[in-house]
Amino acid sequence: MKNSYVPDAETLVEIFRRMALLKANDEHTRRLMATGRLITPYYSYRGQEVIPSALSVSLTDDDYLCTIYRGIHDMLAKGMPLKELWAEVAGRVDGTCKGKGGPMHITYPKKGIMVTTGVVGSSMPIANGLAWGSKLSGDGRVTVATFGDGASNIGAFHEALNLASVWKLPVIFLCQNNQFGEHTAYEKATSAKQIADRAVSYSMPGVRVDGNDPYEMYAVAAEAVGRARAGEGPTLIEAVTFRFHGHVMGDDDSYMDKVRKQAAIEADPYPRFRARLIADGIADEALLAGIEAKHNAAIEAAIECALAAKFPDVSELRQDVYADDSLVPEESYA
Amino acid sequence: MSAQITMIEALNRALADAIESDPKVLLFGEDVADGEGGGVVGISGGLSTRFGNERVRSTPIAEQAIIGAAIGSSLNGWKPVAEIMLMNFVTVAMDMLVNHAAKLRFMSGGQTGVPITVRTMTGAGIASGGQHADYLEAWFAHVAGMKVIAPSNPEDAYGLLRSCIDDPDPCIFIENLLLLGAKGPAPESDHRVPLGKAAVAREGTDLTIVSHSRMVIESLGAAEALASEGISVEVIDLRTIQPWDKPAVIESVRKTGRLMTVHEAAKPFGIGAEIAAVVNHELFGKLKAPVFRLGGAYCAVPFTRPLEAAFAPDASRIVEGARAMIK
Repeated sequence: MKNSYVPDAETLVEIFRRMALLKANDEHTRRLMATGRLITPYYSYRGQEVIPSALSVSLTDDDYLCTIYRGIHDMLAKGMPLKELWAEVAGRVDGTCKGKGGPMHITYPKKGIMVTTGVVGSSMPIANGLAWGSKLSGDGRVTVATFGDGASNIGAFHEALNLASVWKLPVIFLCQNNQFGEHTAYEKATSAKQIADRAVSYSMPGVRVDGNDPYEMYAVAAEAVGRARAGEGPTLIEAVTFRFHGHVMGDDDSYMDKVRKQAAIEADPYPRFRARLIADGIADEALLAGIEAKHNAAIEAAIECALAAKFPDVSELRQDVYADDSLVPEESYA
Repeated sequence: MSAQITMIEALNRALADAIESDPKVLLFGEDVADGEGGGVVGISGGLSTRFGNERVRSTPIAEQAIIGAAIGSSLNGWKPVAEIMLMNFVTVAMDMLVNHAAKLRFMSGGQTGVPITVRTMTGAGIASGGQHADYLEAWFAHVAGMKVIAPSNPEDAYGLLRSCIDDPDPCIFIENLLLLGAKGPAPESDHRVPLGKAAVAREGTDLTIVSHSRMVIESLGAAEALASEGISVEVIDLRTIQPWDKPAVIESVRKTGRLMTVHEAAKPFGIGAEIAAVVNHELFGKLKAPVFRLGGAYCAVPFTRPLEAAFAPDASRIVEGARAMIK
């Protein structure tokens, strides 16, 4: 870690602001689902808030993101507006994708959120294409592909890292190692002692970092963004974290070791970072509480707005299949 | 008679003209650059020398990475032409094609599209066995959002490929290995064949044969033989398999009263079944004979010559089928 990648006070507060948004949004989602007012597949990212928050402060709206089904934290950190997000999660017509994508397939190009995939590993080959396009046009953009530890065992990971290295693409492969691939613990599924080691095979830097430490995570991410922007090629980052909940909302997480899980929850990076900011004199309680209150109010407003909004008309079945809607076979009209 | 060129020359010319006329067009795939031979059969020969190794680029043998690079660069404003050397190798990239290329427009609510062209070669008849010769067009035709194109002659190949490259949707462009040396009139650089429009390859009054790719050539051979028996066959070359030209097929069958579908892919669940079902629905009670379908045998494409020769439909089987329908 280079000394030049130490976050200043303003950056630290901004990382906290993003973490607070992500945490609050997850809590509101789970609470709303429990009431039955929202029905959706939901993959909680609670416990992983540091990673996208500490990365995204080094990105611009023009930089690209390819994320995955457990990716709402990545999107929010990248600047996804709450109203459009919530309308999409609720399947409403004024969602980012008119309700046709849902939380697993959100696209929002205005903030560089280009692809959200529901298929493990598939963010990476597409991220390469975005990065290649940027390299060819010289637009200076960086592309981030995020994925979980389970995805480092699928072919797409290996094909993508190899190509990115051979073509020296401005892309960052960000593995959020939350210790579980769906229900299967890391040790049972992954041959590498650490995922960062896999970078060796592809002749690119592989960095393992405590993904729950905002200072370390910021430094590693800022360095990788700098490398990509300078045309020095891809980086594999393994950000080690822990998923506080089961794979998908509603599973009983009996496959998660209770002791490890409890220890991870007790080491929750959110209150730790919050307390440190105050102890270090970076922020006071009023500032942080104000940030939290503002997020809660904005999320509540977005939820109410989304739930009051209209569902898309069934004629949407025929729209956006092709660029020209008239090409959809008539027989398919429901 | 105008100048004649081969299918390979037509495809090469289409790629060259597209790359030259639009700075956003990219061509990449296994061995496509001149350093690697300009394509395994030379279709992209000379292009990397002419346009540089950035825009015409050889890739690792990694089909997911190739299609991923196509999808991503298309989202970033480029017009990629990705080569998947042989159609069987698309199986390695099906997640990229089916879950992503075909669906991103719909899933994004129209915010993004994936204007990629995937060129691929296939076809039985050169003893390449079970994993280098399949026609998989029905798979892609079944995936909402994909366009599927299969030319039968050099002029159409040029015009269709140019249209695919400029099309806003993902296109699978199927080239037949046996037709690569086939000659036809040389197209002008402004020649385009609109996607979704079939061609009447031969006019007739007694029977409509609907086909595509190399089976059009077999169908035309059969039509010539049948003409000497007094049977007048209309041959429709679909050119685009999805979205297929339903009005052209219906109009022809309304006139002839008989429909035969011919394709090299296995008959069960092949595109002939879809066409037959639509024609039966539109012309119920007006057909003079049941729709007759011909397709490849329901087995892997075999290696040994006598089995391979019997695998795909040919002119003689088309003639037999036509006779039975007219009788």
